[in-house]
Amino acid sequence: MTSTTGRTRMQANSYTSGRLPRWFAPALFAASMVAGLSVIALLTAAGVLPEFPIVLAVLVGVVLFDVLITVIASAAEGRRAATDRLVTSLVITAFVIALLPLISLLYTVVVNGAARFDLTFFTHSMRSVIGEGGGALHAIVGTLQITALATIISVPVGLFAAIYLVEYGRGPLKRAITFFVDVMTGIPSIVAGLFAYALFALFFGEGVRMGFAGSVALAVLMIPVVVRSSEEMLKLVPDELREASYALGVPKWRTVAKVVLPTAGAGIVTGITLAIARVIGETAPLLIIAGFTSSMNYNPFSERMQSLPVFVYTQYANPGSQVEFYLDRAWAGALTLILIVMALNLIARLITRYFTPRTRR
Amino acid sequence: MTGATTPTVSDAASGRSSIQARLGDVIFRRLALGAGVTILVALAAVAIFLVAQSLPALIADPADLRGEPESFWHYVAPLAFGTVWAAAIALVIAIPIAIGIALFISHYAPRRLAQPLGYIIDLLAAVPSVVYGLWGITVLAPAAVPFYQWLTENMGWFPLFAPPASGTGRTVLTVAVVLAVMVLPIITALCREVFVQTPVLHEEAAYALGATRWEMIRITVFPYARSGIVSASMLGLGRALGETMAVAMVLSPSAIISLAILTPENPSTIAANIALNFPESAGLQVNALIATGLILFIITLVVNSIARAVVHRHERSLESR
Repeated sequence: MTSTTGRTRMQANSYTSGRLPRWFAPALFAASMVAGLSVIALLTAAGVLPEFPIVLAVLVGVVLFDVLITVIASAAEGRRAATDRLVTSLVITAFVIALLPLISLLYTVVVNGAARFDLTFFTHSMRSVIGEGGGALHAIVGTLQITALATIISVPVGLFAAIYLVEYGRGPLKRAITFFVDVMTGIPSIVAGLFAYALFALFFGEGVRMGFAGSVALAVLMIPVVVRSSEEMLKLVPDELREASYALGVPKWRTVAKVVLPTAGAGIVTGITLAIARVIGETAPLLIIAGFTSSMNYNPFSERMQSLPVFVYTQYANPGSQVEFYLDRAWAGALTLILIVMALNLIARLITRYFTPRTRR
Repeated sequence: MTGATTPTVSDAASGRSSIQARLGDVIFRRLALGAGVTILVALAAVAIFLVAQSLPALIADPADLRGEPESFWHYVAPLAFGTVWAAAIALVIAIPIAIGIALFISHYAPRRLAQPLGYIIDLLAAVPSVVYGLWGITVLAPAAVPFYQWLTENMGWFPLFAPPASGTGRTVLTVAVVLAVMVLPIITALCREVFVQTPVLHEEAAYALGATRWEMIRITVFPYARSGIVSASMLGLGRALGETMAVAMVLSPSAIISLAILTPENPSTIAANIALNFPESAGLQVNALIATGLILFIITLVVNSIARAVVHRHERSLESR
């Protein structure tokens, strides 16, 4: 360490002299936060700021900490240690900054969504509702049907393609499929919607709107995710298991079906669940090809079909004369959507946790 | 096997089962191959249908297009500019923060906390884009208005902050912030993955030479992870380019090309323009929108290919070491 402390501290322990104590940084962080909060609180009380902006307060506190720790450390510990302190505090700052929108978003959705998160919301459609009341039953039914059909299309295709890539594929065809799966991963969701429109307009004429076409669009987005995750999981199955099975004279397809797939099963199901979670919140393709409606439609093969994300969007974008009711419904829809996605993510994690074979890592 | 003592029986049995096995193998193999080919066909179909539906707009009289531009390219140019511009600003905001968070999780946070913290950041990825749009327009945009006014009044000489400030906050900068939040988890997750893979021996060697933690990161982690950071950023860019609903809901669009990011007049993005106009379009306008979608597809394809090429080169350079 540097010699800023000089002769006076010669007797001190040479490993701790010129170092700030361990408790110093956390204490300074807490102090800066309190300072930031109180400064902004004072400004609010003095009437400079209209309402108490908690985000600004946290930001002021964090930046104060960044500055203080650098200045103090450069005085007490020297330049190199001060740079290290500065980077550490910046890294913490980055994390705090990322938490702000997440907390703000979850808070807003829960607070605003709770207003209409009631029984009517889940038992009524928007048919002939103009102001208050109404619900998202038609949108929830639509979302479940469209997503289920998308899953039915993409799971067999994706899973078998993954089996091909891991168990059978070689040469240029394998490389081509791997490459184009990568390309497919990057398709913007709105382009998938346009594709489904172009495809179905060919058969059903211009202006076609159909729930099933929405499923096709979602399947285009879902297949590469299923292929990727299944491929990773199949690759993790140890070759010894396959070889043991071959050694017993079991044909290849039975080896794959009875040995490889069950071993990779938990991982594959997790991947599929996460893929569903990814597409269930997709708005843009469904807005284009499934359209929007205020009535219930149980038939995904004809006419417009509402889905939950599109419900949120249309409630916001086309409010009637009493805007607040529409916004309340939009927030309740957003809350429902987030709960569904989080539940799917949670299920995926639980599956990995409880059903993964213990042999791995 | 007891095959040696009863040759006839076992031959017959194995003969039958091998026919079954061969049939099963053939069917299974065909299924797997068919699924792989289906993906190729689907992608080819996407390209062919988009091109086929775009052609009418490219050769038609531009007067039939929305807003009556001089040509189709005059119609696309502001949208393409807006798409790239908003995504680029979003990345400028997101990359430093993402690297910071990834470092925090991989090298700074206590090991027991690292995984839960990673989950928290992943939560950001779980929020559907329409909810981000709703949050952006009702929370972020109004909150940002005073800040924007301050910026235009005090830093208006800087081209990006040129006045007048938007009164609603529905500007490119607000969109870019929302996009930054949306791509943050992807970039963070990928960066974290490469940071964790830094050889421990390199890190310990740096510490042994007396490096502080930051010096260790600068001389071992960053050189090792540079290409990983680049490809993560490019993948984030690809995601930001294609993002639709958040932009469609937050931005107040107009058909201009302008660098100012705080004004009420903003260039829209391709994806948002499609989402806003598709439901009310018919005939040639639909073709024009599909043509813009094709251009968006090509832009994202190029960006993703560059990302993949960077990763590929890095993998090769690691192998040759």
